[in-house]
Amino acid sequence: MDNETKQGRLDLDAIRAKLTGKSGKQYWRSLEQVAETEEFQLWLEDEFPHRRSLLDIDRRSFLKFMGASLAFAGLAGCRSVFMDQEKVVPYVKMPEEMVVGKPLYYASAIPLLGYGVGVLVEQHEGRPTKIEGNPDHPESQGSTSAIIQASILQMYDPDRSQVAMQGTDISTWEEFKKVILGVLTKQKAAAGAGIRILTETVASPLIADQIGDFLKMFPAATWHSWDATGRDNARAGSQGAYGKVVNTTYDLSKADVIVSLDADFLLGMPGSLRYARDFADGRRLEATGGKMNRLYQFESFPTITGASSDHRWAMKASEIGGVAAMIAGGLGLVPTAGEVPDHIQKVVADLQAHQGSSLVIPGDHQPAAVHQLCHAINEKLGNNGKTVLHGPRVDFGPENQLESLTQLTDALNQHKVELLLIFGANPVYTAPADLKFADALGKAKLKVRHGQYFDETSDKCDWHLPQTHFLEEWGDIRAYDGTVSLIQPAIAPLFDSKSQSEMLGILLGVPLSSYDALKNAYKTKLPGKKWDIALNSGVVENTTPGPVAISVTGAAPQIPAPVSGLEVSFRECPNIVDGRYANSGWLQELPRPLTKITWDNAIHMSPSKAQELGLQSEDHAEVALSTGEKIDGGVWVMPGHPKDAITIHLGYGRTKGGTIAEGAGFDVYPLRKSASMLYTGGATVKSLGGSYGLATTQIHHEMDGKDIVRSGTLAELKGNPTLQPEDYEKAEISMYPDEVFDYDGPQWGMTIDLNTCIGCNACVTACQAENNISVVGKDQVKRARELHWIRMDRYYVGGLDEPTETVHQPVMCQHCEKAPCEPVCPVGATVHSHEGLNQMVYNRCVGTRYCSNNCPYKVRRFNYLNFSDNQSQFMDVTFDAPTKQIGDKKFTIPGKVTQGKPHGIQLLKMLNNPDVTVRGRGIMVKCTYCVQRINDSRIEAKKQGRDIKDGEIVTACEQACPTRAIVFGNVADKESRVSKLRADKRSYLLLENLNTRPRTSYLGRVRNPNPEIKA
Amino acid sequence: MARESLNDVLITGQQTYQSIDNSVGSMSLDPKRHKKNWFVMIGIAFLLLNLFMVSVGWLLYQGVGVWGNNIPTGWAFDIINFVWWIGIGHAGTLISAILLLLKQQWRNSINRFAEAMTLFAVICAAQYPLLHTGRPWVAAYWLLPYPNIMAVWPQFRSPLMWDVFAVSTYATVSILFWFVGLIPDLATLRDKTQNKIGRTVFGFLSLGWRGSMRHWHRYEQAYLLLAGLSTPLVLSVHTIVSYDFAMSVVPGWNITVFPPYFVAGAVFAGFAMVLLLALPVRAWYGLRDLITMRHIDWMCKIMLATGLIVAYGYILEAFYGWYSGNPDEWSLLNWRFFGPYNWAYWSLIFCNCIAPQVLWSPKARQSIPVVFTVSIIVSIGMWLERFVIIPMSLMRNYLPGSDRMYYPTIIDFTMFFGTIGLFFFLMWLFIRFLPVINMFEMKDLLYKLGKTPPAPAEKEKAGVGAE
Repeated sequence: MDNETKQGRLDLDAIRAKLTGKSGKQYWRSLEQVAETEEFQLWLEDEFPHRRSLLDIDRRSFLKFMGASLAFAGLAGCRSVFMDQEKVVPYVKMPEEMVVGKPLYYASAIPLLGYGVGVLVEQHEGRPTKIEGNPDHPESQGSTSAIIQASILQMYDPDRSQVAMQGTDISTWEEFKKVILGVLTKQKAAAGAGIRILTETVASPLIADQIGDFLKMFPAATWHSWDATGRDNARAGSQGAYGKVVNTTYDLSKADVIVSLDADFLLGMPGSLRYARDFADGRRLEATGGKMNRLYQFESFPTITGASSDHRWAMKASEIGGVAAMIAGGLGLVPTAGEVPDHIQKVVADLQAHQGSSLVIPGDHQPAAVHQLCHAINEKLGNNGKTVLHGPRVDFGPENQLESLTQLTDALNQHKVELLLIFGANPVYTAPADLKFADALGKAKLKVRHGQYFDETSDKCDWHLPQTHFLEEWGDIRAYDGTVSLIQPAIAPLFDSKSQSEMLGILLGVPLSSYDALKNAYKTKLPGKKWDIALNSGVVENTTPGPVAISVTGAAPQIPAPVSGLEVSFRECPNIVDGRYANSGWLQELPRPLTKITWDNAIHMSPSKAQELGLQSEDHAEVALSTGEKIDGGVWVMPGHPKDAITIHLGYGRTKGGTIAEGAGFDVYPLRKSASMLYTGGATVKSLGGSYGLATTQIHHEMDGKDIVRSGTLAELKGNPTLQPEDYEKAEISMYPDEVFDYDGPQWGMTIDLNTCIGCNACVTACQAENNISVVGKDQVKRARELHWIRMDRYYVGGLDEPTETVHQPVMCQHCEKAPCEPVCPVGATVHSHEGLNQMVYNRCVGTRYCSNNCPYKVRRFNYLNFSDNQSQFMDVTFDAPTKQIGDKKFTIPGKVTQGKPHGIQLLKMLNNPDVTVRGRGIMVKCTYCVQRINDSRIEAKKQGRDIKDGEIVTACEQACPTRAIVFGNVADKESRVSKLRADKRSYLLLENLNTRPRTSYLGRVRNPNPEIKA
Repeated sequence: MARESLNDVLITGQQTYQSIDNSVGSMSLDPKRHKKNWFVMIGIAFLLLNLFMVSVGWLLYQGVGVWGNNIPTGWAFDIINFVWWIGIGHAGTLISAILLLLKQQWRNSINRFAEAMTLFAVICAAQYPLLHTGRPWVAAYWLLPYPNIMAVWPQFRSPLMWDVFAVSTYATVSILFWFVGLIPDLATLRDKTQNKIGRTVFGFLSLGWRGSMRHWHRYEQAYLLLAGLSTPLVLSVHTIVSYDFAMSVVPGWNITVFPPYFVAGAVFAGFAMVLLLALPVRAWYGLRDLITMRHIDWMCKIMLATGLIVAYGYILEAFYGWYSGNPDEWSLLNWRFFGPYNWAYWSLIFCNCIAPQVLWSPKARQSIPVVFTVSIIVSIGMWLERFVIIPMSLMRNYLPGSDRMYYPTIIDFTMFFGTIGLFFFLMWLFIRFLPVINMFEMKDLLYKLGKTPPAPAEKEKAGVGAE
């Protein structure tokens, strides 16, 4: 013992002396203790210092300590579990123009399959919450599509890649820079002969310039581009017709007769938003003075464009070319072969009668020859420069992407590629099956992927680098007609990601921020104030290219013969396109137009084909090609589908790329080969037995003779201007005055014009974004618990195989004057406002669901579970435990590993609109007419001491609607737009005989069929 | 089982006041009276009760989404079970109150039993109004009118609000009625028991009953008043429950025939349940002399009569669907007849309209197995009736675009069977601890029938004999 050595020897005699003469028991532990030496006391203090200090403390210090302890105990109590420990501080320097609680809007542009659409981004205290259309943009004109609305969700998607990855290990951008600059330096010597760049369709001048600079630096490098649903055929068609690639756009506002050859121009083409607006304007009876354009649709898959048409003929995709040839034949462009059916003769006659105001649109799913022939037809009809506009090419890079990808694959297979830089494209998943791209990719020396998701391609690459979302970056992009928009960020990158221009900057050795790169690029084009103006309006002035004067030079092309046997047609999904939006819960849950399927793709076939094959909707079936490839999935029986064909949407059955993407549908790319990108013949379908299980939101497809959607032809409208059925009896049993209740102040109402509604679903997703509507997942949709406040009802009229009419009807809360939901709520949670709104008081709702039962429109939605903060996209992720190799041994944890997603719920919370309550479990919800927007306008008007102006309040659905079919306003003001439409003869109330007296009214649908053609 | 003869007497065998006390009272006092059957039955009921509690726990943890309910089918098993149990609870009050006022002496041996059943059925039913809401933690008090500084009141126009009052009134009156009727018997048990705990508990519950003239006078007055009070309740409760549907605009619900048809259906189901319980109990506990074939016969006849009213209701529903010319009603009827759930409709017709017709035959009414089977069929039929009315009407809507299918989940079933467990658990506890047959009324009946002149000695022993 230390003490012993220090103190030297103990005086044992002294100790003995101490112990003697003591009476009673004396306990001692050590000799040192008995000795009570000073050393022992020191040792004791050393051992128990606190004991000593406590014993020795004086009164004053004791009180001081006690006081301090109490104070600290009190402070500790402040750190309650209920209080966030984050600091909340006010702005010391308020950012310019920001008023806390008031949103700011920034003009930007969203790239959609390469082409830009101008948007306004709503930003609350620095976080973007909603995307609206940019009224100054030629395509958007203020409206949006469902995909644009849903892009905000993609930004907050926790499945987006967040860090640089080397293989499956986390790395850094710095590390990547070291590696890539080393490789590039080596390549410099060979002028970059081993470098390949693969992009998607590029319509950004900035990116194109940067790639151009890169190619100057490495002249032997090659730029490839690939989009699974790109516009190769349109480009090749104009190449064939004019000898050069031009960008063809259409001006539907000038077209009186439109023939669409498998073109889904209302939803699925660049420029669709504009086309839909112009098409609807040509049918808006109250504005056109009773005139309507006429649309003939020949299509291989029922689309909303077909549903909006006046005549629709379903045929195999490979037969559409024949129609083009017959029209061309009718116009004398090609020799007619064989019998021309009567209806096509009539169509040709109608076209000829409207020279210069007619239009033939080929679909992007049609081969180049059809496009080429359509150019000739349109020229012959004198439409060029009127309804058909040709401009210089809008996109950059290779003209034929399929050829480009094939060349890349060949180069890979020949081991020529030392560095492959993939920007965005996901060829491992989307490339034609026969290219076997995944195998070829492995032969490149260094494969670098820059993309938003760690997907199938990233998985096969050596490096994956996270790409920013368009809301996080600066950039520019051309619209469908070539107009340039600036992309401006609404938030700093959420993750450690870089934009394409920043990534290219690294490769070029000038690592600029995307802002500096853009600013440099526009230094001369937009000097000084002009830059601010362009940023403010979102559109760069005078960039819309003028028309190109050209005429058809090529000889009439040979139209490919129809395929024999059962045709399989590959179409992009209207919601998730080629798979790029597969991880969006909003788009997955959004019912696909017409089929109303959610979360899945399907093998679509006609009722008669299904009967022939002995299949029903939701059956599990297998599709096999004669060459042996096969896939299996769920069957969907679709009225109006051509008989000898099946159609399958691309983009599903993903194996990597996010929680949601990986769970949805089946992959059809294995059937798609470079020789048959659009369709292929000779397929067989057989039942695999059992049910595949599809979640659809509508199970009943006929109106059962009820007066639900009123429709008639233009001719019928003359005899029956109200379009009401013959046996219609107005219920005259009300004791109340005819009009709205007599209240002071504005009375809100809405009209929906079924004549211009095209059923594009933009309103549904816009409502979801505005009103914080949760995603519920496939299982819950199957249980009929989806929460969309707008239900897009779709009804078929006529036969099963060939419905004569397909109609859409958006149904949301009708805000009944005498609402059946109100008196039945036992707690008074749904009440009427003095402005005629049927209000839902969330806090008061106990969730008896009686209101929903009693709602004749069934527009109320119920949170059966807690859907608001457990959306699968934002929750835990479950995966197989990775196998770790340590030495020779492999270690695997058995079973699945569940792990919370980084920042999952926090990201979801950032997305929410702060003006709208987030609903928890057990609450009834429904359309509020966007009451937050009404209140916002009311406050604004009050501040300015005026009444609310007509059109000042725009509901989310109205704002998104590409065709302006929805109008909201004050029905008490006879001069308002909504009052005038309500007074229109075609206006009617849904289920009027129930005397609920809705504030939402519908305008009957009118069609303009050619009287010469018998349906 | 040998067929028992149907004689026109309400008490068979050689009965004395003593023997009545013994055969009934000893069930509460002597554990040896309860054999294996009791343990098996309460064991099963206890397991089901646990299933119920686990289901409720899961429901509260997850939300009502654990059931199959959806939009448009906002109500399904929850309200089916609620209405079914409330309906079963009807027989008790009917027997106690209406038959008392009508001076139907045969009610005496089954009224206690039926009243207990009513109470327990109401307890089962009462689980649902609260648990079916999305937020039961606030529904528990927001549905009740109480003064508050926000001056927020419930919505008195809502039939659900009426339901809250109707059911709570019914439950209160049923408890009072049952308990008041129990007091003289509790006093008998207090006097008879050898057990100290029994004496204390029964002594407390019998509220100092001494059997004096004045006590009997007050008792008769109170009982009659309560009978008068609960008689309108028999009609009102199910009428108001039917308003939940009849007051709405839902096709298939909005029918004026609902109130009488619901009340008849309730009595129908209630008697089926009384029989389902009485038949095994009288066999297992040797109570054949007190619940005689005559009782069973009469109960069968009431079932037959109410069954016919219910059948008439179905016919009227179909007739109005056609006669009104309302396309929505007509399409709903077609859905019932030919839709995907049409098996439920046709099973209902079989269970409630066809099967009970065997009771026209006196022989069938005297056959215990037949009566028991018919009672089970009727109970199932009445459940199916609510299935047909509630979810099947909601699946089909004014706008065909909003039609969706409803499928129940496993929790729907576990909760339903769980409430059956709750019901039987309470029922078997009741059989174990309280007199299942009204002893003093039986003794009174014995006196009035003049079968056994009261011997003074026995009267003293009985302590509470009819004065």
